[in-house]
Amino acid sequence: MGEPVEIIQTPIRLEYQYTPGVSRSRYLKGLIEGKILGERCERCHKVYVGGGSGACARDGIPMSDVVELPHVGTVTSFCIVNVPFAGATVEIPYTMAAILLDGADIPLNGLIQEIPADQVRMGLRVEAVWIPAGERTFTETIKHWRPSGEDDAPIDDVLKWMRADA
Amino acid sequence: MRDVAVVSFAQSKSVRADPVRNEVEILMPVIQDAVANSGIPSKEIGFTCSGSADYLAGQPFAFVYGLEAIGAWPPVRESHVEADGAWALYEAWVLLQEGEIDSALVYGFGKSSPGSLRDVLTRQLDPYYLAPLWPDAISLAALQARALLETTEHTERELAEVAARSRRDAVANPNAQLTGDADPEALLKEPYIASPLRKHDCAPISDGAAAVVLAAGDLARKVSKRPAWIRGIDHRVEPHYPGVRDLARSPSTRAAAEKAGALSGPIDVAELYAPFTSQELILRDALGLAKPNGTKINPSGGALAANPMMAAGLIRIGEAATRVSSGEANRALAHATSGPCLQQNLVCVLEGE
Repeated sequence: MGEPVEIIQTPIRLEYQYTPGVSRSRYLKGLIEGKILGERCERCHKVYVGGGSGACARDGIPMSDVVELPHVGTVTSFCIVNVPFAGATVEIPYTMAAILLDGADIPLNGLIQEIPADQVRMGLRVEAVWIPAGERTFTETIKHWRPSGEDDAPIDDVLKWMRADA
Repeated sequence: MRDVAVVSFAQSKSVRADPVRNEVEILMPVIQDAVANSGIPSKEIGFTCSGSADYLAGQPFAFVYGLEAIGAWPPVRESHVEADGAWALYEAWVLLQEGEIDSALVYGFGKSSPGSLRDVLTRQLDPYYLAPLWPDAISLAALQARALLETTEHTERELAEVAARSRRDAVANPNAQLTGDADPEALLKEPYIASPLRKHDCAPISDGAAAVVLAAGDLARKVSKRPAWIRGIDHRVEPHYPGVRDLARSPSTRAAAEKAGALSGPIDVAELYAPFTSQELILRDALGLAKPNGTKINPSGGALAANPMMAAGLIRIGEAATRVSSGEANRALAHATSGPCLQQNLVCVLEGE
């Protein structure tokens, strides 16, 4: 008997072909064209954006009413990333934010740049900075978001959006 | 035991690969059908339970994503099993027994097309000794089929007959994927893909979804002319490691059938989840249906005609219930399986009033 085996490694690799679905495909194709496409539920009238499942999660019915949204919105929440990780291309510290586009009812997630991380705040107005047309891919379209220069949104409005029953 | 019945069933048409719709987009119309046909307003359904598996699509939290199809607002009570929807139905049935709720929605869904299903299924094996060897699902089923042919009286011709009968019966099933006339003699001339299994011995690879609505007692009688009452339901499990089992027999199916009361009377229809022809013979042996005296086996065509993972077991219950509700059958047996080589088995007995 030799030494007991204490650990084994069993590498696993599985390959998948991902099907975004009707709704997400439309969203991804829109981004390539420089458009942010949301969808309105005909029953609750909420506008979802960000490439959902194709369903209104509240009503369980297909979202088919397509809405083109502006490229500006409000930071409703954010976090500052201080921990480096393999493959990271952004200098730390940086800020990831939930950005509620004007006219949308659910925020997108986005990287905030062109402002020091410790100055990002709830209510900050931001605009999209795009990768130039022709250089976009399905995974790289909006480079980041930066302050738009507008006055902050009133904090009460931001808090209102964050309530579950908003 | 509280009387609980299947009052509604819906399923998608199974396809080899849906290149356009994601899981939620496949699921939504199925759930809408099942709920609409139940006669119970969706906001009054007391509980929801789903069956799905993240490995199929290679994405985490498939079940949370699936919830978008039901409009879970306000959140009432939603649960999930990482298994076929038949086990989700079992959970819902248990909750209905407690008496706090009178109805439940159960669904199962899966797209097998994104990955290589026979390899994906190796991930359910024991992670130390077996999974690292990547014994794919068809090879394991072939080991089982070989054990069956070597240790029992069953023959390869019977395997071909099961395949031919399944495809023929599936012609009348609009949701089936593999249908048509097949001559067992001609099938036996096909090459092996994993001896003794030929292509027709293996279920097709399917994308699809199914949903069932359960209701208890008076509510079931109110919404359904002829509810399919669940008179017994039980599930049993065998050891995880196939090497310690007698693969040619299914004692867990036998035990589940006994506990569910399936063996106490004649069965008009049996819907068996056998994704391989050899497994149907093993199941029939376990259920006393080797020579089906008056029992119609898999009139839908079974899993050999359509096998959407995580839904195909629930579909067996739905198909059996549909035949009871239509009056075609008075007593039906539905079976579901999970795990390698029929490792886990569920038996459900359904009866008319």
